Amino acid sequence: MSRLFGHGEHLVRVLGLFAAGLLLFLLAKALLVPADFGVYGHYRAGALADNRARSLVHAGRAACAACHAERVAELRKSKHAGVGCESCHGALAAHASEPKAHKALRPEGRALCLTCHRTNVARPVSFPQVDPRDHAPEGACTDCHSAHDPGP
Amino acid sequence: MTADRRQFLLQTGKLLLLTGAAGLAYEHVLAGEPEKAPGYDATRHWWGMLIDVEKCIGCGRCVRACKEENGVSPEPFYFRTWVERYQVRGDDLEHPQVDSPDGGRDGFPERYRAGEGKTFFVPKMCNHCAHSPCVQVCPVGATFHSPDGVVLVDKKYCLGCRYCVQACPYGCRYIDPATRVVDKCDLCYHRITRGLTTACCEVCPTGARQLVDLKDPEDPIHEYLRTHKVQVLKPHMATKPKAFYNGLDGSVR
Repeated sequence: MSRLFGHGEHLVRVLGLFAAGLLLFLLAKALLVPADFGVYGHYRAGALADNRARSLVHAGRAACAACHAERVAELRKSKHAGVGCESCHGALAAHASEPKAHKALRPEGRALCLTCHRTNVARPVSFPQVDPRDHAPEGACTDCHSAHDPGP
Repeated sequence: MTADRRQFLLQTGKLLLLTGAAGLAYEHVLAGEPEKAPGYDATRHWWGMLIDVEKCIGCGRCVRACKEENGVSPEPFYFRTWVERYQVRGDDLEHPQVDSPDGGRDGFPERYRAGEGKTFFVPKMCNHCAHSPCVQVCPVGATFHSPDGVVLVDKKYCLGCRYCVQACPYGCRYIDPATRVVDKCDLCYHRITRGLTTACCEVCPTGARQLVDLKDPEDPIHEYLRTHKVQVLKPHMATKPKAFYNGLDGSVR
């Protein structure tokens, strides 16, 4: 025992080193960790707002109905009732905020229709599908079917 | 000596108990009050996704819409959501053929003939696991569970170390070539917190994907889960996923 405390200055030196290290660590932590880190969990609380802050690209069908109520009503009664406007007309948030500056996409009929309705064995059998090689190979789909109210 | 040992055990037990309690209390303090945003209370929601495999037609509108909405790198092999085509021959459920050309963005050129086996589409995305491995492995707290049950990425804080990319059992993460930090589905957090649905659900023509709020007692998901045989992907990983699949085949991984 007496030998241990006989070399007291060694202990003081080591303790001093530890204290300096701790101080350095606390200083670095205070400088580097953002103030809002750990407010709600092990993450930066501001990241929630960052994720939320992005702007919309798709407006949503409610926004379309605000101006195009008739078209939407027609669609709601048809077989395409569940199809969102932006499925065919592209992303419309820009159009919804500035209708004059940004026009909605007027889709290329046949190619777009076949995106969903071309025969594919992986599709559910109950889903209406056609083989474009023998189903009106020359004509446009819209010659017989209305996109907003497709018949059989 | 016997008395000493007893005392030692007692003291140690007390110490362990108190440390545990203090740890729990500290975590509670850390958790704090979830963020309040104008018109949106994160404590009132617990988001998830319902995917009806039997309704998916593999049109790829979800993949396109997701890329547009979220500014995903235009290169064809980066996506936050993608669609896989499965083909199972006969009884060989352990070795399905799986393909996903460009994530299914431009649809699926016919590859199989009728009668060759069972073929179907499976949309995939982040499962927003309640116990997600990606959050556990992040060394800096750059990926986390939001108070409303969405697994989010803090892009300003991410180092791009890729631990989470490897940790995700569902392969839902990638390193964005532009920012060189991780990117993944955030369940359109900027949309759902404004009362809109996700971009993929918005454009899905058959309603194969539906955003669900498990904390909303009015949400039809509760009735749906009671009345349908619903599965999650890789339940043996114990990640508690919140992407529920209806009509999922046993061959799907």
